[in-house]
Amino acid sequence: MSLLEVKDLSKRFGGVVAVDSCSLSVPAGSITGLIGPNGSGKTTIFNLVTGFIAPDGGEVHFKTRSIAGLGPDRIYALGIGRTFQLARIFPRLTALENMLVPVRRAGLRALLSQGQWGHEKERAMEMLAFMDISQVAGTLGGALSYGQRKLLELAAVMMAGPELVLLDEPAGGVNPALLERIAERIRQLNQQGTTFLLVEHNMGFVMNLCHEVVVVHQGRAIAKGNPREVRENPAVLDAYLGT
Amino acid sequence: MSGTRTLAITPGRVTALKGLAMLLVAILALILPLIAPDPATTGMAVFTVMYVGLASAWNIMGGYTGYISLGHAAFFGFGAYSFGLMINHLNMAPGYLPFVLVPVAGLLTAALAVGIGWVALRTRAATFVIVTIAFMFMLQLLGENLVKLTGGGAGLALPYSHDWGGDFFNIPYYYAMLALAVLTIGVSWWIRRSKFGLGLLAIRDDEDKALAVGVPTRSFKLTAFVISAVLVGMIGAVYAYYVTYLYPQFAFDPLIGISMVLMAFLGGLGTVSGPVIGALLLEPAQMEFAYRFGASRLYLVFYAAVFLIVILLLPRGIVPSVADLVHSWRRRRQAGPTAGGSRNAPVSAGEEPPATAQQRLASP
Repeated sequence: MSLLEVKDLSKRFGGVVAVDSCSLSVPAGSITGLIGPNGSGKTTIFNLVTGFIAPDGGEVHFKTRSIAGLGPDRIYALGIGRTFQLARIFPRLTALENMLVPVRRAGLRALLSQGQWGHEKERAMEMLAFMDISQVAGTLGGALSYGQRKLLELAAVMMAGPELVLLDEPAGGVNPALLERIAERIRQLNQQGTTFLLVEHNMGFVMNLCHEVVVVHQGRAIAKGNPREVRENPAVLDAYLGT
Repeated sequence: MSGTRTLAITPGRVTALKGLAMLLVAILALILPLIAPDPATTGMAVFTVMYVGLASAWNIMGGYTGYISLGHAAFFGFGAYSFGLMINHLNMAPGYLPFVLVPVAGLLTAALAVGIGWVALRTRAATFVIVTIAFMFMLQLLGENLVKLTGGGAGLALPYSHDWGGDFFNIPYYYAMLALAVLTIGVSWWIRRSKFGLGLLAIRDDEDKALAVGVPTRSFKLTAFVISAVLVGMIGAVYAYYVTYLYPQFAFDPLIGISMVLMAFLGGLGTVSGPVIGALLLEPAQMEFAYRFGASRLYLVFYAAVFLIVILLLPRGIVPSVADLVHSWRRRRQAGPTAGGSRNAPVSAGEEPPATAQQRLASP
């Protein structure tokens, strides 16, 4: 069963067709990779799915619900989290505060309360420890290294317990040792039940981690399958090497 | 008092010291009219406490969310005129009773702020600043041109109590301003420590990212804007009752809007105590300056000078800079003379070192 179902999704910016009736699905419990040459529309698909831009046409279904056109905060509340290219965190909040921003609280009283953060802080500290960055809990986000920011962003997005997480280049700009750690953490979170859809240019990373790969070219999904099938698909080779 | 971050790291002694300082300031504020009952001092105190409230109220929007409104004088003047028109149309006898109109003026200001916020908060950064200024001048123009309602440039007279003569005249207004300032600081403190406040700070740092992690940014910003405006409107109402005569160019004075911003910047944007300290330093200094150099607007030069000094030497304001000094001093003492100052253990070999406090200062 697919957790996320994208059907005939379209988006144009002026005369440029960024996403061209693209259809793809993310099976529940999977780690799905979204690959394609630069400018093929991967990040636009992310922005469409998470509500940052409104689609011109097509449908997005999360579980049984249509979510196309909803705002990012609503979509997040439904259970879809995302990270950004180049790791975006809150630079003037501490790492721990960064972890507490995404915690969901319903109702006015919950919003204005302050004393009940005990268990939330505990959970945040556990998650920071899971990412091996608990020692920087009190450090301002702006003072963290790029690698620490990457780990913090991933840790923070997990705080609301999303069912689906969209990762935009989780391996971008990090060293090989950290790369291995990030892959390992994604794998562990996946085993605990989180579904992932990730955009990535590092083919080794994708082929190792993903159960399923979708290839996007010029705004359309041109191939899908397990990593081996995709690697041997002539259409994919064409898209990457040029015709 | 600059928030959980400082509270969590500083040891009990610093916290106790802060508590003691706050207690002393509170006691001093309460008994001030007894120590210095002369009207010159209490008059200055009324305006100083007024700006403590204004700067703290402005900070709830400008400091926490980073949306710099230069048009908060709109709410100040609107609260003032609402109060003046109500007291006149209700034919209320002057005395203590009219103070019940202050919250009503606050409610009216809330309605205005919802409207202005609805429009202004569709914009960000510099555009937002300009939209708020535009609204302020629109209200000033309305005040000047709706002559039948406001009296226009001839002004609007309010009744005042003839029972409150001599040394006593300033006292009721002083305590009314003090009560509003305490309320504002309390609200500000509460917000700073709440989940709502954390959301506002997240908006200040990166609004799109905040949206991506579920912060309902539009409603949060509007709520903060309205809370901030209501408090400013109520302070404007007490101001109207105190000065007993309202003119559009003084009630909707852009300088009032700029003063509260400057005080918040001086003390420390986004901290609870910063705007209080900024107002306590700047308002008496400005009044002293105006007194020495006559009623001309020469004190504007003084304001400009303060603003330049703040931007150049204390870009983050007094409270955060002092907190940093205390931190680094403590770290040096803890770590001994050899420690160079990195407070973060590196995550793993091969990563670039964490940014230093110096770099942190550089990024606004």
